[in-house]
Amino acid sequence: MEEAILELTELSTHFFTDSGEIPAVDKVSFTVHKGEVVGVVGESGSGKSVTSLSILQLIPQPPGKIVSGSIRYKSENLAAANEKRMKKIRGNEISMIFQEPMTSLNPVFTIGNQMREAIRLHQKVSKRTATEKAVQMLKIVGIPRAENIVNEYPHQLSGGMRQRVMIAMAMSSDPSLLIADEPTTALDVTIQAQILDLMKKINEEKETSILLITHDLGVVADICDRVVVMYSGQVVEQGTTREILKVPKHPYTQGLIRSLPKLHGREEKLYSIPGTVARPRKDHVGCRFAPRCEFAFERCFKENPKLYNIGEGRESRCFLHSEQEGERLKDVTTNT
Amino acid sequence: MSQPILEVNGLKKYFPIQGGIFGKTIGEVKAVDDVTFHVREGEILGIVGESGCGKSTTGKSILRLIEPTEGEVKFEGKDITNLRSEEMRKLRRDMQIIFQDPYASLNPRHTVEKIISEPLLVHGMKSKENRNKRVKELLEVVGLSSYHASRYPHQFSGGQRQRIGIARALANNPKLIICDEPVSALDVSVQSQILNLMEELRDAFQLTYIFIAHDLSVVKHISDRVGVMYLGRMVELAEKDALYAEPKHPYTQALLSAVPEPDPDIKKERVILEGDVPSPANPPTGCAFHTRCPFAMDICSQVRPEFGPVDDQHFVACHLYNDEQ
Repeated sequence: MEEAILELTELSTHFFTDSGEIPAVDKVSFTVHKGEVVGVVGESGSGKSVTSLSILQLIPQPPGKIVSGSIRYKSENLAAANEKRMKKIRGNEISMIFQEPMTSLNPVFTIGNQMREAIRLHQKVSKRTATEKAVQMLKIVGIPRAENIVNEYPHQLSGGMRQRVMIAMAMSSDPSLLIADEPTTALDVTIQAQILDLMKKINEEKETSILLITHDLGVVADICDRVVVMYSGQVVEQGTTREILKVPKHPYTQGLIRSLPKLHGREEKLYSIPGTVARPRKDHVGCRFAPRCEFAFERCFKENPKLYNIGEGRESRCFLHSEQEGERLKDVTTNT
Repeated sequence: MSQPILEVNGLKKYFPIQGGIFGKTIGEVKAVDDVTFHVREGEILGIVGESGCGKSTTGKSILRLIEPTEGEVKFEGKDITNLRSEEMRKLRRDMQIIFQDPYASLNPRHTVEKIISEPLLVHGMKSKENRNKRVKELLEVVGLSSYHASRYPHQFSGGQRQRIGIARALANNPKLIICDEPVSALDVSVQSQILNLMEELRDAFQLTYIFIAHDLSVVKHISDRVGVMYLGRMVELAEKDALYAEPKHPYTQALLSAVPEPDPDIKKERVILEGDVPSPANPPTGCAFHTRCPFAMDICSQVRPEFGPVDDQHFVACHLYNDEQ
């Protein structure tokens, strides 16, 4: 196995609001290795975006705060790093791209201007070299007429092009980790396919590790090596993409996959998980998913299950994996 | 075969572009450009396409929430394009719409009861008692409880709000419901609840849907027939199984191949389209897709292909399937 680039250990980010403390990220642990694409999947409110923002300390404080845990990047703990150090990390060692490329670009400056700023912040180069670098990066991400585009404004570009510009900007200082927070959610499928291909190319050619935050299991299947499934602020399951999608172990992952309409094959009626996504609460007792789980039993409502190690790098947060409940597990797996 | 409940012939909607110092019209955005199709009674017709292809404008033009520029819309055999607004309003009892964003389409200052009973009042249910009874009934039908009636929209989750939107659309027992991206704002686990509810309601009340969405898997699941739009035009329309198994139009092929599927064993030959969708203000000549089409021929940039049948009930607008070529 390649060396670990990023290692989260029991990371907890809580929000302190008027209505109480909200554990948006609750003891989340996972690792991203060199050259690996890791997907973090979950529905809205699962804490996937807060996790990614926490890594770069981009959580507004107050109300948010990393209350415990560590974020080990190479050999340093980012959770304890000061703002000065973080500025060196952000955009240089770890870059991030966001869902809505229009709001991430400044509408009153040209593309070239913004890219130059990003490049010169981290590299000691002249304006001219920075511009050349910007044009070169735009060409790498497949933007036609790159020489002209550097002089244009964000509104002159389409959504897909803007996301390419964001990727070019993020890649300009050759980061070892790219965090992509729903990078294709605002884009149409044909454009999404282009952007996913571009990300795959970057991953293969530059060995950049990618942490991809998404709600779309199709995107995960397309590009990720490993998947972390989150529910209500906690990791509920993780493993390789193939295993998670083919033989999901946690009832939530199983339900999620079964409730997707399929493009191939036909199903008469869609499976649906009853109820709605539980908001993380500080005083929650028992498994977060228990109220919606068809296999829930007494114990699930009393204590929160730990993450059970169920074989090579595979974890699932469910009592069905504990030894006493081995029999029930058999029922579950034969049912799906 | 059941009768068409709705016929759309040559529907066009051009939005003027105003510019210059006198605000003169200097051009037109051809949002919907000559679209023809029909919807049979009791079926679900899906319309898919990417943003800006005119699928929502088509839906709204049918109800005349946006006045069409040209073309004819026949509902139960009656041309409704020239009806006066009073007559049109009476007709809307039979034709309803559900919107995409359940957060924006419900008035935050009204209780659920008021939201759902409004269409009842408009269409002449004068007695408050009857209205309240009907509201409670509708809430139960869409899977909410009658005590929800006194609450405000912000007290509900996205999925529940969409249920309220559906209850409102059902209030006057419509025949046709246009669903404009009804599940795209919802999470996966909630999305399947709403899709199932919509199917149950169709069976229970013999409804007909036009289901507009950009998600090809969702449309496949719910529809009987599917139409694909590109740049204001319908490029392909067929029974869903035929369309998904054997897409004829190069755009449909590319679109289907671009959908990432949650199955690592499906390895698809991806047709990656170059570039972006051209501007509808200045669509390409001939076939609108020829600038990105991998099979484009000379004729494609000159002559707009006819939207015609290639198979039984399979319509395509593409020169590749034109026998005379």
